[in-house]
Amino acid sequence: MSHHIVEVKNLRHVYSDGTVALKDASFRITHGESVGIIGANGAGKSTLLLHLNGYLEPTSGNIRIGDIPLSKGTLPDIRRTVGMVFQDPDDQLFMPTVFDDVAFGPFNLGMAVADVEQRVTEVLELVGANHLRDKPPYNLSGGEKKRVAIATVLSMSPDILVMDEPTNGLDPFARRQLMALIRDFKHTRIFTSHDLDMVLELCERVIVLHEGEVWADGPTLEIFNNEKLLAECRLEKPLSMQGCPICGSGRLAGSAIPCPKSYASSGFDS
Amino acid sequence: MDSINKAVLDLKRLDLLANNDSSIHRLDARAKVLVTCVFIICIVSYGRYELAALFPFFIFPAVIIALADLPPLFIARKIALLCPFVLVVGMFNPVFDREVLLHLGSFAVSGGWVSFASIVVRSILTVGAAFILVGVTGFTAVCQALERLGMPQVFAVQLLFLYRYIFVLTEEAGRASRARELRACGKKGLGIRSFSSLIGHLLLRTWQRAERIHMAMLARGFTGAFHAHRQSHFGKSELMFVLGWSTLFIFLRLQNASQLLGKLVTGLFP
Amino acid sequence: MHMADALLSPAVGGAMCAVSAGTIAYCSRKVRQELDDKKVPLMGVLGAFLFAAQMINFTIPATGSSGHIGGGMLLTILLGPYAAFLTIASVLVVQSLFFADGGLLALGCNIFNMGFFPAFLAYPFIYKKMVGNNPNQTRLTLAIMVSAIVCLQLGPFGVVLETVLSGVSSLPFSTFVLLMQPIHLAIGAVEGLVTVAVVTFVFKARPEILQGALEAGPTGSRPVRTVVVAFLVAALFIGGIVSLFASKNPDGLEWAIAKVTGKEELEASKQGLHGVLADLQQKTAFLPDYSFRKQPEPKKSETVPVQKDEAGKVGTSAAGLVGTMIVLALAFLSGLVLKKRK
Ligand SMILES: Nc1ncnc2c1ncn2[C@@H]1O[C@H](COP(=O)(O)OP(=O)(O)OP(=O)(O)O)[C@@H](O)[C@H]1O
Ligand SMILES: [Mg+2]
Repeated sequence: MSHHIVEVKNLRHVYSDGTVALKDASFRITHGESVGIIGANGAGKSTLLLHLNGYLEPTSGNIRIGDIPLSKGTLPDIRRTVGMVFQDPDDQLFMPTVFDDVAFGPFNLGMAVADVEQRVTEVLELVGANHLRDKPPYNLSGGEKKRVAIATVLSMSPDILVMDEPTNGLDPFARRQLMALIRDFKHTRIFTSHDLDMVLELCERVIVLHEGEVWADGPTLEIFNNEKLLAECRLEKPLSMQGCPICGSGRLAGSAIPCPKSYASSGFDS
Repeated sequence: MDSINKAVLDLKRLDLLANNDSSIHRLDARAKVLVTCVFIICIVSYGRYELAALFPFFIFPAVIIALADLPPLFIARKIALLCPFVLVVGMFNPVFDREVLLHLGSFAVSGGWVSFASIVVRSILTVGAAFILVGVTGFTAVCQALERLGMPQVFAVQLLFLYRYIFVLTEEAGRASRARELRACGKKGLGIRSFSSLIGHLLLRTWQRAERIHMAMLARGFTGAFHAHRQSHFGKSELMFVLGWSTLFIFLRLQNASQLLGKLVTGLFP
Repeated sequence: MHMADALLSPAVGGAMCAVSAGTIAYCSRKVRQELDDKKVPLMGVLGAFLFAAQMINFTIPATGSSGHIGGGMLLTILLGPYAAFLTIASVLVVQSLFFADGGLLALGCNIFNMGFFPAFLAYPFIYKKMVGNNPNQTRLTLAIMVSAIVCLQLGPFGVVLETVLSGVSSLPFSTFVLLMQPIHLAIGAVEGLVTVAVVTFVFKARPEILQGALEAGPTGSRPVRTVVVAFLVAALFIGGIVSLFASKNPDGLEWAIAKVTGKEELEASKQGLHGVLADLQQKTAFLPDYSFRKQPEPKKSETVPVQKDEAGKVGTSAAGLVGTMIVLALAFLSGLVLKKRK
């Protein structure tokens, strides 16, 4: 299935006030991959994601989604393929009720009313928010909003799921639920997160952004074990890879991932 | 800022009333909008010195509040904040209109006082009718009803969007001005300079939000049209509701019920 | 300054609703034709922004009292006239439904008073003309100040006219004008200052926003022509109402009209209209009259001029009072009973 490849070549983005948010980013993500994009605040993660469905126009460089180069004419197709969950769910929920909001996309796709109802129920159940369907979005909690925002995107059956900090503001249970949801999604997943444990659990591949450049790109474990790299990019190891602060053993109880180094030697130097 | 929070809370409370379930709530919104219009027109069609004939109209708010299980004290408190402009203008009536209209025992009451009282009663009735309409219908449903009664869709969508983001933005404004107050070190008042920068920031953030929302809409296939799919219908009970109340209002308008009753009673017990 | 249902007559309220509804329909079509679907969310959130911004008070220089921004001119500058008119109208709808600001029938008046003048008068004829094609700080400041002051003179004047024409208030036209206009001169100046400050802030931070707004707005002759037509229609409407009600409210408006036009002409027009009006009155309404058998009526008719008759010769009696009390009690009782039954 070569048509769900995401290819970014020499992408550069300069905001209108002169901020260079992306200097020169290149990578290629193939179908079915689950990729985490990490980096410090202001590293350019959100900027990068906003290019993937054409919200921002590259200052230079280009992007291909599958066989289609991203350009004005191909935008509608690309936007249907790439489902995007924004950092702030308030930006994504603009209709009077949860139901209307989730139904907005399917209606625009031209689905019949009965099909839309069914699709909405399906995806709301998937994110565990079906009981909220008649509520207006402004009466939801932050985590509920996030879940509904994800449902609105899933309702479009995207081939590529792009999420900006999906677990931000979720309680532990909702976070677990969401992680399961991401894991079960069949197609390509790309997300940014400061929740490095989630990245560790869900991604086989990680792209590290630093000051607008791709600083590293490789298998998750390899990157999280490279302490020099992490320190350079103002990052640190996921907690589950650090030693248990109480018993001092090399791994946290219950964690499936072996930690090669003890707590004392893990990088807190940055 | 306390006043902002209070206003938002009030707004939310009134909005939540529409989620009640009652025979009145279940009626098609168009019926309620129509009846409210007839009600208001009947009220304002009285001459300026009419007072007693207005009172029978209290039957409408009283019955609807009871049937729809609205909190009477809350509505009363909201009405009590009568538009100050009305009161100020009304207060001039006794000043300019000193013609003695009636005698209560040895008191001579001028036309100005009668018409002032009439203005206050009108205010209570008309403002109350608006609150009750929202309380039993909900803002969204009122908009949709108006759209189905001929309001242009562009304006209906505008109202829905506005309403959706009122909560987000008033909270944002509240946070911004609270942050300012906390740093104002007890200095009172907001000078024009700091006011405009606070408002300016709010405006810019609002603008960016609009851009992100637009993006979210495009990402879900928005092409300029909103799909209406509400299928409430104007059935027998709606027809009864509209005809029943309208007949009553028009009867009351033509026949002074206060006086009829008074005659009856004073005739019986001379 | 929100107009209110309680001060309105159905004719004035209805006519203004018709004017505003027509303008909304016209603007909706225009906005649709612009096909700029970016404006859909922008109008919405800017409406919410205005709503929120009006809750933040600033201190008015040199007075110690505080006020909030009206924002009509600000929105028009940012959105262009059509979108701005719709946005202002939408804010007023929410205010009338959720706060005691006005009422539903008064919406027509309020939308006209606060939306029409900035969008279709100040913006095309003052702001655009003064700013020209390349805005700089001085031009912008001047244009905004003048526009804001003009809008805040016309808006309240609309309130005065609507109130006096409705005849529920007995404020004489001249007094009312004297009460409203000077204070709104000050309010307009402050509004202008604040708008300049906010626009300058935006202009510095994101010049492209204002640039875009300047280009998007209507230039050239066609929109001006439509505005003139709209004005004519509005003028005819209002003119019609003025003449219709000139005889109804003797104390204020007639005095003003008499001063302007000379007495004789006025007398004549009143004669012609009076018959029509009386006829209309008979057809549409029995003015309920709760005066009762033994009333000292003759005394009144000596002192009161003819016009007062139609407003109802009012007396009182035990019956009127008793009846009112009973009706009120009945209304609330029926509420209580219905509530208990559930
Ligand atoms: N609209 C904008 N105009 C100007 N500069 C911007 C804009 N948006 C972002 N930037 C700048 O671009 C850089 C990258 O921002 P971006 O939002 O992509 O960071 P991020 O990696 O998502 O950070 P975070 O982890 O905090 O979300 C930052 O320096 C930021 O200040
Ligand atoms: Mg970000």
